[in-house]
Amino acid sequence: MARTGRHKQPMSAPYLVNGATGPFEIVVGLEVHAQVISKSKLFSGAPTAFGGEPNSQVSLVDAAMPGMLPVLNGECVRQAVRTGLALGCTINRRSRFDRKNYFYADLPAGYQISQYKEPVVGEGAIEISLDDGTRRTIGIERIHLEQDAGKSIHDLHPSMSYVDLNRAGVALMEIVSRPDMRSPAEAGAYVATLRAILRAIGSCDGNMQEGSLRADVNVSVRRPGEPFGTRCEIKNVNSIRFIQQAIAHEARRQVDLIESGGTVIQETRLFDPERGETRALRSKEDAHDYRYFPEPDLPPLLIDEAFIAACRESLPELPDARRRRYEAELGLSPYLAGVLTADIEESLWFEHLLAETARRQGRAQREVAEKAANWMTGDLFAALKRLDRGIADSPVSPEQGAELLALLADGTLSGPLAKQVFEIMLETGEDPAAIAEARGLRQVTDTGALEAAVASVLAANADKVAEYRAGKDKLFGFFVGQVMKASGGKASPAMVNDLLKKALG
Amino acid sequence: MSDLTGMSVAAMQAGLRSGAFSAAELVGAHVAAAEAARPLNLFITETFEAAMEAARAADQALAAGTAGPLAGIPIGIKDLFATRGVRTTAASRILDGFTPTYESHVTARLQAAGAISLGKLNLDEFAMGSSNETSAFGPVVSPIRAAGSDAALVPGGSSGGSSAAVAARVVAAATGTDTGGSIRQPAAFCGIAGIKPTYGRCSRWGIIAFASSLDQAGVLARSVTDCALLLEAMAGFDPRDSTSLDAPVPAWSAALTGDLRGRRVGIPREYRVDGMDAGLDRLWQQGAEWLRDAGAEIVEVSLPHTAQALPTYYIVAPAEASSNLARYDGVRYGLRVVPDGGSLADMYEATRAAGFGPEVRRRIMIGTYVLSAGYYDAYYLKAQKVRALIARDFAEAFARCDLLLTPTAPTGAFPLGARNADPIAMYLNDVFTVPSSLAGLPAMSVPAGTDSAGLPLGLQLIGRPLDEAGVLDAARAIEQRAPAPATPEPWWR
Repeated sequence: MARTGRHKQPMSAPYLVNGATGPFEIVVGLEVHAQVISKSKLFSGAPTAFGGEPNSQVSLVDAAMPGMLPVLNGECVRQAVRTGLALGCTINRRSRFDRKNYFYADLPAGYQISQYKEPVVGEGAIEISLDDGTRRTIGIERIHLEQDAGKSIHDLHPSMSYVDLNRAGVALMEIVSRPDMRSPAEAGAYVATLRAILRAIGSCDGNMQEGSLRADVNVSVRRPGEPFGTRCEIKNVNSIRFIQQAIAHEARRQVDLIESGGTVIQETRLFDPERGETRALRSKEDAHDYRYFPEPDLPPLLIDEAFIAACRESLPELPDARRRRYEAELGLSPYLAGVLTADIEESLWFEHLLAETARRQGRAQREVAEKAANWMTGDLFAALKRLDRGIADSPVSPEQGAELLALLADGTLSGPLAKQVFEIMLETGEDPAAIAEARGLRQVTDTGALEAAVASVLAANADKVAEYRAGKDKLFGFFVGQVMKASGGKASPAMVNDLLKKALG
Repeated sequence: MSDLTGMSVAAMQAGLRSGAFSAAELVGAHVAAAEAARPLNLFITETFEAAMEAARAADQALAAGTAGPLAGIPIGIKDLFATRGVRTTAASRILDGFTPTYESHVTARLQAAGAISLGKLNLDEFAMGSSNETSAFGPVVSPIRAAGSDAALVPGGSSGGSSAAVAARVVAAATGTDTGGSIRQPAAFCGIAGIKPTYGRCSRWGIIAFASSLDQAGVLARSVTDCALLLEAMAGFDPRDSTSLDAPVPAWSAALTGDLRGRRVGIPREYRVDGMDAGLDRLWQQGAEWLRDAGAEIVEVSLPHTAQALPTYYIVAPAEASSNLARYDGVRYGLRVVPDGGSLADMYEATRAAGFGPEVRRRIMIGTYVLSAGYYDAYYLKAQKVRALIARDFAEAFARCDLLLTPTAPTGAFPLGARNADPIAMYLNDVFTVPSSLAGLPAMSVPAGTDSAGLPLGLQLIGRPLDEAGVLDAARAIEQRAPAPATPEPWWR
């Protein structure tokens, strides 16, 4: 986590930037641009798939050919309304599209169709959770629909630029927050929560690397208790880590500027992650005059109650409700519940694992939930991180995970053996029972064999036995280790404990 | 064959079906007339060979009984409609070399009905003008001349190629577009009929946009019935235009009677403007008499915001135009001018400076200005409010009457070049046609008489939304009673 304060502060305390003349508070608002999941673009029938050949997904409308007209894609409206409902927002029964006029080579019509004055979704709020368990509410001001632009490519030719219009006209939702965040961590948690909700309801895939989710970050600083300061907007930041870094750097810049007698001017800035700084793009004075006016090619968008009801009906369980259910019904800790509801695919994987685990062991989900959750968030997540893979391409399936947990539960595998088997599962993709069988990794629970092993370890270490009996209790662990080693790691640790205790009196 | 070129569309339909002449003969006669009329500068792009080929196909379809209602009818297309495989210019250099890969909805419907295009007709650049003098392809010369004069007159605009070609008997009818009077005023100047239907009746898909909230396609023809016949083929819902009206298209031509019994016609007192030609005022009263004779009751009504219509129009239309014309940037099609070592911004500037003529540039600048931060509220927003008041005026008037009768234009045609120096004087041509455009109402100009120089004058009928039938009936009633417009002497031959 990036920090700009000179002193470490506990997470629950207000996040302050300590300048030479005293502390400053950060005020952050975010405009998140989320690409709508829909087969075709906002105003044309052209497909929206990522990564097509340049200019292969361009209709006459997208290329702004003479006489072409936009036709609103109802699916994009549906997705925006579903998103609004999921974020607890009001849905505007009447909204309108406007033209935002500016010239650029990748903006074919010379204007972007957006919603300026009357957005489709109005106010709402979401709750975020910080690392220390603190919860905060962040207000949503509005969500509007707008077109994405195309892409200018400047490095293919020494003197010419190329334009790829595949993205031109793709639907974006701009989700505008209130200036309610007070630290980089809060901004990070807000974007993570928002992303989790969008992915859960399927209105945006949340892929920040491909640019499906990106943010304009508004940052200002003020001395605690004072009115808002002048804000700067950092454009197009495309990872949660960069958002947090950009806020920290920008706040520090503003504090240093104010303390050295300067004034923050309202401007648009860019974040350079390599140099760890923001730099000015353009100031308010030379900002574009976008000459917004109502889009005359489109009538006002009217939404009726039935449409809203159908959108509401279509919403799956949201991450927050799922988290509360995991706590209440499955008895998971707030931490585990939070981790397992941060991403819809992970939640669904967990629920699959849990159902299989309960079925195999003939027990209630609640009874096996914690073990399953611990294994998934511990061993599995660590392995995925090591392999740099997401849950979607986990080498181990939920069924295989449940089988492994069942082998642990019935004593076939010890904890250490289970870890060994899991590593082989990751490599080979084989089922755990088959691995244990084929490689003889079953836990040894044969009392006779273990008694013999205990006896031979004690005989070989008579001096240590004497020390133990003289009161050096710590040596018990040494004996356990020696017996486990002698059994090739396959001995049941519980049985070894019992037998040793008995043998050592 | 010249008699074939003076016929009504209805007579052509009958002749083709009875076998009195073939489509090839009919189209051939019109191609010959078009070739002879080249001095009038009617066409930007001629498609005579394709027309002759289509005529032969029409003859086969007629023989086979598979012909559409307008099979073999020679028409012209205003060069604002995109036509697949045929250069489309909007009379502008900015579209240099542009040939669409698509056909506008309206022209596709005309094709499907069997109509045969002789080519793309001249117009004011991007339909901005009232005299057809802003065309990058040179002005159209009207086939009409004042009595005893050989001074060249304007055909009106922006559909000047359309009105002149119909009046000169080069085509039986032509498509036009009307944003503030661009069908009605040139129809009046050339002594023919022209209808602009309700906004949304004809799809704008494939029509090069001037002012989206005002643009509407329509017809120019030599009779009210011919207008109805063509409009029936052109109108209809199109899901590709979100402002298109999903309303059934009546069989207007079949329902046309000219019988106005039980109808009330309003005379808006605010249209009696200062300095109006006394002859025009008399003609207007005469028109009211004719309508009374057809059974209508005449009432005086008030449209209080009439005087604000022209300034309102000249804010709204340029505002939309400034945005609609932003796409002509040299990047994807049309003209591109790149100064040596120039940047993207330099390319935009050079391309647009070279591509747009003075009137288009003027309107882009006006439109950009009225939408700018700090001016938006005072101009664009206020204009939108006044536009709503103008629409309300009409709604209130239509509570008292079914139709409105007004002059179409304050004067008859004027000489080429006479009003070029003064844009405001030019804009005043639209004073009677702009209000109904702002309200999106169906409106039509019908020939009613002549001024003291013998130049044609038109009367305008305005109806309720979707009441093209009422407008056509009243226009028919005037047509039945007014002296038939003289056929222009073919001085250009």
